[in-house]
Amino acid sequence: MSLVRDIITIVAVSAGAFFFLAGTVGLLRFPDTLTRLHALTKADNLGLGLVIVGLLPQAASLRDGLKLVGVWLLGLLAGATVSQLIARTARQGETAK
Amino acid sequence: MSVATVFEIMLAAVVLGLGIWTIAVRETYSATVGFVAYGLLLALIWVRLGAVDVALTEAAIGGGLGGVLLLGAAARLRDADQMVAETPGKVTRASAAALSMLTAAALAGAVLLLPNSASTLAPTVIAHTWATGLTNPVTNVLMAFRAMDTLLEKVVLLLAIVGVWSLAPDNTWGGHQGPRHRADPDGILVFLARLLPPLGIVVGIYLLWTGANHPGGAFQGGAVLASMWLLAIMAGLTDTPPVSSRRLRLILVVGPGLFLVVGLGGLWLGAAFLAYPPALAKPLIVGIEIAMIVTIAATLGLLLAGVPERSAKR
Repeated sequence: MSLVRDIITIVAVSAGAFFFLAGTVGLLRFPDTLTRLHALTKADNLGLGLVIVGLLPQAASLRDGLKLVGVWLLGLLAGATVSQLIARTARQGETAK
Repeated sequence: MSVATVFEIMLAAVVLGLGIWTIAVRETYSATVGFVAYGLLLALIWVRLGAVDVALTEAAIGGGLGGVLLLGAAARLRDADQMVAETPGKVTRASAAALSMLTAAALAGAVLLLPNSASTLAPTVIAHTWATGLTNPVTNVLMAFRAMDTLLEKVVLLLAIVGVWSLAPDNTWGGHQGPRHRADPDGILVFLARLLPPLGIVVGIYLLWTGANHPGGAFQGGAVLASMWLLAIMAGLTDTPPVSSRRLRLILVVGPGLFLVVGLGGLWLGAAFLAYPPALAKPLIVGIEIAMIVTIAATLGLLLAGVPERSAKR
Protein backbone atom coordinates (compact mmCIF):
# COMPACT_ATOMS: atom_id res chain seq x y z
CA MET A 1 0.00 0.00 0.00
CA SER A 2 2.75 2.40 0.95
CA LEU A 3 4.56 1.56 -2.32
CA VAL A 4 1.49 2.67 -4.31
CA ARG A 5 1.32 5.88 -2.30
CA ASP A 6 5.01 6.57 -2.85
CA ILE A 7 4.64 6.00 -6.60
CA ILE A 8 1.70 8.44 -6.76
CA THR A 9 3.78 11.01 -4.84
CA ILE A 10 6.84 10.65 -7.06
CA VAL A 11 4.84 10.84 -10.29
CA ALA A 12 2.65 13.78 -9.27
CA VAL A 13 5.41 15.86 -7.64
CA SER A 14 7.68 15.29 -10.65
CA ALA A 15 4.87 16.39 -12.99
CA GLY A 16 4.35 19.46 -10.78
CA ALA A 17 8.06 20.26 -10.88
CA PHE A 18 7.93 19.96 -14.70
CA PHE A 19 5.14 22.57 -14.87
CA PHE A 20 7.13 24.88 -12.58
CA LEU A 21 10.13 24.48 -14.86
CA ALA A 22 8.03 25.09 -17.99
CA GLY A 23 6.41 28.13 -16.37
CA THR A 24 9.81 29.56 -15.43
CA VAL A 25 11.21 28.99 -18.93
CA GLY A 26 8.12 30.73 -20.34
CA LEU A 27 8.56 33.64 -17.91
CA LEU A 28 12.14 34.11 -19.11
CA ARG A 29 11.55 33.52 -22.85
CA PHE A 30 8.12 34.92 -23.75
CA PRO A 31 8.07 38.33 -25.42
CA ASP A 32 5.49 40.45 -23.51
CA THR A 33 3.74 40.80 -20.16
CA LEU A 34 0.51 38.97 -21.06
CA THR A 35 2.20 35.86 -22.48
CA ARG A 36 4.61 35.81 -19.53
CA LEU A 37 1.63 35.89 -17.15
CA HIS A 38 0.10 33.03 -19.14
CA ALA A 39 3.27 31.00 -18.52
CA LEU A 40 3.28 31.85 -14.81
CA THR A 41 -0.29 30.72 -14.21
CA LYS A 42 0.65 27.23 -15.42
CA ALA A 43 3.25 27.03 -12.65
CA ASP A 44 0.80 28.39 -10.06
CA ASN A 45 -2.26 26.36 -10.93
CA LEU A 46 -1.04 23.05 -12.35
CA GLY A 47 2.44 22.93 -10.80
CA LEU A 48 1.32 23.70 -7.25
CA GLY A 49 -1.82 21.58 -7.71
CA LEU A 50 0.14 18.52 -8.82
CA VAL A 51 2.68 18.95 -5.99
CA ILE A 52 -0.23 19.07 -3.50
CA VAL A 53 -1.88 16.02 -5.10
CA GLY A 54 1.45 14.25 -4.78
CA LEU A 55 1.80 15.20 -1.10
CA LEU A 56 -1.76 14.20 -0.14
CA PRO A 57 -1.01 10.42 0.12
CA GLN A 58 1.79 11.31 2.56
CA ALA A 59 -0.41 13.45 4.84
CA ALA A 60 -0.54 12.04 8.36
CA SER A 61 -4.19 12.90 8.96
CA LEU A 62 -7.29 14.21 7.21
CA ARG A 63 -6.63 17.58 8.88
CA ASP A 64 -3.16 17.84 7.34
CA GLY A 65 -4.60 16.89 3.95
CA LEU A 66 -7.28 19.57 4.20
CA LYS A 67 -4.60 22.13 5.14
CA LEU A 68 -2.63 21.18 1.99
CA VAL A 69 -5.73 21.61 -0.18
CA GLY A 70 -6.36 24.95 1.59
CA VAL A 71 -2.84 26.08 0.65
CA TRP A 72 -3.52 25.24 -2.98
CA LEU A 73 -6.87 27.06 -3.05
CA LEU A 74 -5.34 30.18 -1.44
CA GLY A 75 -2.45 30.00 -3.92
CA LEU A 76 -4.94 29.81 -6.79
CA LEU A 77 -6.88 32.80 -5.45
CA ALA A 78 -3.76 34.92 -4.94
CA GLY A 79 -2.27 33.94 -8.31
CA ALA A 80 -5.46 34.61 -10.26
CA THR A 81 -6.01 37.99 -8.57
CA VAL A 82 -2.46 39.23 -9.01
CA SER A 83 -2.33 38.10 -12.68
CA GLN A 84 -5.54 40.03 -13.38
CA LEU A 85 -4.20 43.15 -11.66
CA ILE A 86 -0.84 42.99 -13.47
CA ALA A 87 -2.52 42.35 -16.82
CA ARG A 88 -4.89 45.29 -16.35
CA THR A 89 -2.03 47.63 -15.40
CA ALA A 90 -0.01 46.40 -18.40
CA ARG A 91 -2.91 47.07 -20.81
CA GLN A 92 -3.52 50.53 -19.37
CA GLY A 93 0.18 51.23 -19.81
CA GLU A 94 -0.07 50.17 -23.48
CA THR A 95 -3.05 52.39 -24.27
CA ALA A 96 -1.35 55.30 -22.52
CA LYS A 97 1.62 54.94 -24.91
CA MET B 1 24.78 13.14 2.18
CA SER B 2 21.03 12.95 2.58
CA VAL B 3 18.47 14.61 0.32
CA ALA B 4 17.60 17.03 3.12
CA THR B 5 21.22 18.20 3.40
CA VAL B 6 21.46 18.76 -0.36
CA PHE B 7 18.23 20.77 -0.19
CA GLU B 8 19.55 22.84 2.73
CA ILE B 9 22.84 23.61 0.97
CA MET B 10 20.96 24.69 -2.17
CA LEU B 11 18.59 26.82 -0.10
CA ALA B 12 21.47 28.54 1.68
CA ALA B 13 23.26 29.16 -1.62
CA VAL B 14 20.13 30.66 -3.21
CA VAL B 15 19.52 32.91 -0.19
CA LEU B 16 23.13 34.13 -0.23
CA GLY B 17 23.01 34.73 -3.99
CA LEU B 18 19.70 36.55 -3.70
CA GLY B 19 21.09 38.70 -0.89
CA ILE B 20 24.09 39.72 -2.99
CA TRP B 21 21.84 40.36 -6.02
CA THR B 22 19.49 42.53 -3.92
CA ILE B 23 22.41 44.73 -2.86
CA ALA B 24 24.06 44.83 -6.29
CA VAL B 25 21.01 45.45 -8.51
CA ARG B 26 20.55 49.03 -9.65
CA GLU B 27 16.77 49.59 -9.79
CA THR B 28 15.04 50.18 -6.47
CA TYR B 29 12.02 48.15 -7.63
CA SER B 30 14.09 45.06 -8.52
CA ALA B 31 15.91 45.29 -5.21
CA THR B 32 12.57 45.36 -3.38
CA VAL B 33 11.28 42.28 -5.22
CA GLY B 34 14.58 40.54 -4.47
CA PHE B 35 14.25 41.44 -0.80
CA VAL B 36 10.72 40.01 -0.56
CA ALA B 37 11.83 36.72 -2.15
CA TYR B 38 14.83 36.74 0.21
CA GLY B 39 12.49 37.10 3.21
CA LEU B 40 10.29 34.21 2.09
CA LEU B 41 13.27 31.90 1.49
CA LEU B 42 14.73 32.93 4.84
CA ALA B 43 11.47 31.78 6.44
CA LEU B 44 12.08 28.34 4.87
CA ILE B 45 15.53 28.27 6.49
CA TRP B 46 13.99 29.05 9.89
CA VAL B 47 11.57 26.14 9.36
CA ARG B 48 14.50 23.82 8.59
CA LEU B 49 16.16 25.02 11.82
CA GLY B 50 13.00 24.11 13.74
CA ALA B 51 12.24 27.75 14.66
CA VAL B 52 8.70 27.87 13.30
CA ASP B 53 7.76 30.91 15.41
CA VAL B 54 10.58 32.91 13.85
CA ALA B 55 9.67 31.58 10.40
CA LEU B 56 6.09 32.82 10.76
CA THR B 57 7.29 36.26 11.84
CA GLU B 58 9.86 36.44 9.04
CA ALA B 59 7.28 35.48 6.41
CA ALA B 60 4.71 37.94 7.76
CA ILE B 61 7.04 40.90 8.37
CA GLY B 62 10.10 40.34 6.14
CA GLY B 63 8.22 38.91 3.18
CA GLY B 64 4.76 40.43 3.59
CA LEU B 65 4.29 43.75 5.37
CA GLY B 66 7.93 44.84 4.96
CA GLY B 67 7.60 44.15 1.24
CA VAL B 68 4.51 46.36 0.99
CA LEU B 69 6.32 49.15 2.84
CA LEU B 70 9.38 48.91 0.57
CA LEU B 71 7.24 48.75 -2.60
CA GLY B 72 5.53 51.97 -1.52
CA ALA B 73 8.92 53.57 -0.87
CA ALA B 74 10.20 52.36 -4.27
CA ALA B 75 7.18 53.87 -6.02
CA ARG B 76 7.83 57.20 -4.31
CA LEU B 77 11.52 57.07 -5.16
CA ARG B 78 10.90 56.23 -8.84
CA ASP B 79 11.09 59.87 -9.89
CA ALA B 80 14.03 60.46 -7.60
CA ASP B 81 15.91 57.54 -9.22
CA GLN B 82 16.39 59.53 -12.40
CA MET B 83 17.26 62.66 -10.48
CA VAL B 84 20.17 61.06 -8.65
CA ALA B 85 22.38 60.73 -11.71
CA GLU B 86 25.56 61.82 -9.95
CA THR B 87 27.42 58.93 -8.32
CA PRO B 88 29.13 59.41 -4.97
CA GLY B 89 32.80 60.35 -5.05
CA LYS B 90 35.70 57.92 -4.92
CA VAL B 91 36.50 58.67 -1.28
CA THR B 92 32.91 58.03 -0.16
CA ARG B 93 32.74 54.75 -2.03
CA ALA B 94 36.12 53.57 -0.78
CA SER B 95 35.28 54.39 2.85
CA ALA B 96 31.86 52.71 2.53
CA ALA B 97 33.57 49.59 1.16
CA ALA B 98 36.18 49.67 3.94
CA LEU B 99 33.49 50.06 6.61
CA SER B 100 31.43 47.20 5.16
CA MET B 101 34.45 44.91 5.00
CA LEU B 102 35.40 45.79 8.58
CA THR B 103 31.87 44.96 9.78
CA ALA B 104 31.84 41.68 7.83
CA ALA B 105 35.27 40.76 9.23
CA ALA B 106 34.14 41.56 12.78
CA LEU B 107 31.01 39.42 12.34
CA ALA B 108 33.00 36.56 10.82
CA GLY B 109 35.51 36.78 13.69
CA ALA B 110 32.72 36.76 16.27
CA VAL B 111 31.19 33.65 14.68
CA LEU B 112 34.54 31.85 14.50
CA LEU B 113 35.38 32.70 18.13
CA LEU B 114 32.10 31.23 19.48
CA PRO B 115 32.71 28.45 22.01
CA ASN B 116 31.95 24.99 20.63
CA SER B 117 29.22 24.24 23.14
CA ALA B 118 27.16 27.41 23.11
CA SER B 119 25.82 28.40 26.52
CA THR B 120 22.07 28.00 26.25
CA LEU B 121 19.12 28.64 28.52
CA ALA B 122 16.82 26.41 26.47
CA PRO B 123 16.84 23.44 28.93
CA THR B 124 16.01 25.82 31.79
CA VAL B 125 13.10 27.24 29.79
CA ILE B 126 11.76 23.77 28.99
CA ALA B 127 12.16 22.71 32.63
CA HIS B 128 10.04 25.65 33.86
CA THR B 129 7.13 25.20 31.46
CA TRP B 130 4.92 24.24 34.42
CA ALA B 131 5.19 27.77 35.83
CA THR B 132 2.81 29.27 33.27
CA GLY B 133 0.68 26.40 31.98
CA LEU B 134 1.64 27.22 28.36
CA THR B 135 3.64 24.61 26.47
CA ASN B 136 5.08 26.75 23.65
CA PRO B 137 8.54 27.67 25.00
CA VAL B 138 8.78 30.72 22.72
CA THR B 139 5.55 32.18 24.12
CA ASN B 140 6.80 31.40 27.63
CA VAL B 141 10.00 33.37 27.02
CA LEU B 142 8.18 36.27 25.32
CA MET B 143 5.29 36.62 27.73
CA ALA B 144 6.68 35.40 31.08
CA PHE B 145 10.42 34.80 31.44
CA ARG B 146 11.46 37.87 29.42
CA ALA B 147 8.16 39.75 29.51
CA MET B 148 10.02 43.03 30.14
CA ASP B 149 11.62 42.88 26.67
CA THR B 150 8.26 42.25 25.01
CA LEU B 151 6.65 45.12 26.92
CA LEU B 152 9.38 47.52 25.80
CA GLU B 153 9.08 46.22 22.22
CA LYS B 154 5.40 47.16 22.16
CA VAL B 155 6.25 50.62 23.47
CA VAL B 156 8.72 50.94 20.58
CA LEU B 157 5.89 50.11 18.14
CA LEU B 158 3.87 52.90 19.72
CA LEU B 159 6.78 55.33 19.34
CA ALA B 160 7.11 54.30 15.68
CA ILE B 161 3.49 55.19 14.96
CA VAL B 162 3.95 58.55 16.72
CA GLY B 163 6.98 59.04 14.45
CA VAL B 164 4.88 58.41 11.32
CA TRP B 165 2.17 60.79 12.56
CA SER B 166 4.65 63.54 13.30
CA LEU B 167 5.70 63.63 9.63
CA ALA B 168 2.32 65.19 8.81
CA PRO B 169 2.28 68.82 7.67
CA ASP B 170 0.43 71.20 10.00
CA ASN B 171 -2.77 71.40 7.94
CA THR B 172 -3.35 67.63 7.90
CA TRP B 173 -2.40 66.94 11.50
CA GLY B 174 -5.08 64.74 13.02
CA GLY B 175 -6.29 63.70 9.56
CA HIS B 176 -6.50 60.40 7.70
CA GLN B 177 -3.31 58.50 6.89
CA GLY B 178 -2.39 57.72 3.29
CA PRO B 179 -4.38 58.43 0.12
CA ARG B 180 -8.06 57.51 -0.18
CA HIS B 181 -7.86 54.43 -2.36
CA ARG B 182 -10.44 53.91 -5.06
CA ALA B 183 -10.92 50.74 -7.05
CA ASP B 184 -13.46 49.49 -9.59
CA PRO B 185 -16.33 48.27 -7.36
CA ASP B 186 -16.89 45.29 -9.67
CA GLY B 187 -13.14 44.71 -10.08
CA ILE B 188 -11.08 41.79 -8.92
CA LEU B 189 -9.34 43.70 -6.10
CA VAL B 190 -12.63 44.55 -4.43
CA PHE B 191 -13.76 40.95 -4.93
CA LEU B 192 -10.62 39.69 -3.16
CA ALA B 193 -11.00 42.28 -0.40
CA ARG B 194 -14.51 40.95 0.27
CA LEU B 195 -13.62 37.27 -0.04
CA LEU B 196 -10.34 37.00 1.86
CA PRO B 197 -10.78 38.94 5.16
CA PRO B 198 -13.27 36.53 6.79
CA LEU B 199 -10.76 33.74 6.20
CA GLY B 200 -7.79 35.89 7.25
CA ILE B 201 -9.49 37.00 10.47
CA VAL B 202 -10.10 33.36 11.44
CA VAL B 203 -6.45 32.51 10.65
CA GLY B 204 -5.20 35.51 12.67
CA ILE B 205 -7.26 34.60 15.74
CA TYR B 206 -6.26 30.95 15.35
CA LEU B 207 -2.56 31.96 15.33
CA LEU B 208 -3.10 33.91 18.56
CA TRP B 209 -4.99 31.09 20.29
CA THR B 210 -2.70 28.26 19.20
CA GLY B 211 0.35 30.32 20.24
CA ALA B 212 -0.06 29.08 23.83
CA ASN B 213 0.95 25.56 22.89
CA HIS B 214 2.16 25.63 19.27
CA PRO B 215 4.09 28.07 17.08
CA GLY B 216 2.14 31.30 16.74
CA GLY B 217 1.19 34.21 18.93
CA ALA B 218 -0.11 37.75 19.08
CA PHE B 219 2.50 39.22 16.74
CA GLN B 220 2.05 36.73 13.90
CA GLY B 221 -1.73 36.82 14.30
CA GLY B 222 -1.67 40.62 14.44
CA ALA B 223 0.35 40.77 11.22
CA VAL B 224 -2.27 38.65 9.43
CA LEU B 225 -5.10 40.84 10.76
CA ALA B 226 -3.20 43.98 9.73
CA SER B 227 -2.78 42.69 6.18
CA MET B 228 -6.51 41.96 5.92
CA TRP B 229 -7.27 45.50 7.07
CA LEU B 230 -4.78 46.93 4.57
CA LEU B 231 -6.37 44.89 1.78
CA ALA B 232 -9.76 46.40 2.58
CA ILE B 233 -8.20 49.90 2.71
CA MET B 234 -6.39 49.45 -0.62
CA ALA B 235 -9.58 48.22 -2.28
CA GLY B 236 -11.29 51.40 -1.07
CA LEU B 237 -13.83 49.47 1.01
CA THR B 238 -12.83 51.31 4.16
CA ASP B 239 -10.66 54.25 5.14
CA THR B 240 -7.92 54.78 7.69
CA PRO B 241 -9.34 56.37 10.85
CA PRO B 242 -8.39 60.01 11.49
CA VAL B 243 -5.36 60.31 13.74
CA SER B 244 -7.36 62.54 16.09
CA SER B 245 -9.87 59.72 16.77
CA ARG B 246 -10.02 58.95 20.48
CA ARG B 247 -11.10 55.37 19.83
CA LEU B 248 -8.08 54.76 17.61
CA ARG B 249 -5.71 56.08 20.26
CA LEU B 250 -7.37 53.88 22.87
CA ILE B 251 -6.84 50.82 20.64
CA LEU B 252 -3.20 51.75 20.16
CA VAL B 253 -2.47 51.90 23.90
CA VAL B 254 -4.70 49.08 25.16
CA GLY B 255 -2.11 46.31 24.57
CA PRO B 256 0.94 47.86 26.24
CA GLY B 257 -1.38 49.54 28.78
CA LEU B 258 -2.86 46.25 30.00
CA PHE B 259 0.62 44.69 30.00
CA LEU B 260 1.88 47.53 32.20
CA VAL B 261 -1.11 47.31 34.57
CA VAL B 262 -0.61 43.55 35.00
CA GLY B 263 3.11 44.16 35.53
CA LEU B 264 2.47 46.76 38.23
CA GLY B 265 -0.08 44.40 39.78
CA GLY B 266 2.74 41.86 40.09
CA LEU B 267 4.78 44.45 41.94
CA TRP B 268 1.91 45.23 44.28
CA LEU B 269 0.55 41.72 44.95
CA GLY B 270 3.41 39.41 44.14
CA ALA B 271 7.12 39.05 44.01
CA ALA B 272 8.23 41.56 41.40
CA PHE B 273 7.31 43.73 38.43
CA LEU B 274 5.65 41.48 35.80
CA ALA B 275 5.57 38.48 38.16
CA TYR B 276 2.31 36.62 37.54
CA PRO B 277 0.65 34.68 40.38
CA PRO B 278 1.19 31.03 39.24
CA ALA B 279 -2.50 30.11 39.47
CA LEU B 280 -3.52 33.03 37.24
CA ALA B 281 -0.52 32.98 34.88
CA LYS B 282 -2.26 31.47 31.86
CA PRO B 283 -5.44 33.60 31.91
CA LEU B 284 -3.35 36.75 32.48
CA ILE B 285 -0.98 35.95 29.59
CA VAL B 286 -3.82 35.10 27.22
CA GLY B 287 -5.65 38.27 28.28
CA ILE B 288 -2.59 40.42 27.59
CA GLU B 289 -2.13 38.71 24.22
CA ILE B 290 -5.76 39.36 23.22
CA ALA B 291 -5.37 43.07 24.02
CA MET B 292 -2.01 43.02 22.27
CA ILE B 293 -3.23 41.49 18.99
CA VAL B 294 -5.69 44.39 18.59
CA THR B 295 -2.93 46.94 19.20
CA ILE B 296 -0.43 45.14 16.96
CA ALA B 297 -2.90 44.81 14.07
CA ALA B 298 -3.82 48.51 14.28
CA THR B 299 -0.19 49.64 14.66
CA LEU B 300 1.21 47.54 11.79
CA GLY B 301 -1.67 48.59 9.54
CA LEU B 302 -1.19 52.29 10.27
CA LEU B 303 2.62 52.07 9.99
CA LEU B 304 2.07 50.93 6.40
CA ALA B 305 -0.79 53.29 5.60
CA GLY B 306 1.57 56.27 5.36
CA VAL B 307 1.78 59.84 6.58
CA PRO B 308 -1.45 61.70 7.48
CA GLU B 309 -2.17 63.60 4.25
CA ARG B 310 -5.91 64.40 4.32
CA SER B 311 -7.47 66.60 6.97
CA ALA B 312 -10.19 64.99 9.08
CA LYS B 313 -12.91 67.54 8.31
CA ARG B 314 -13.77 66.47 4.76
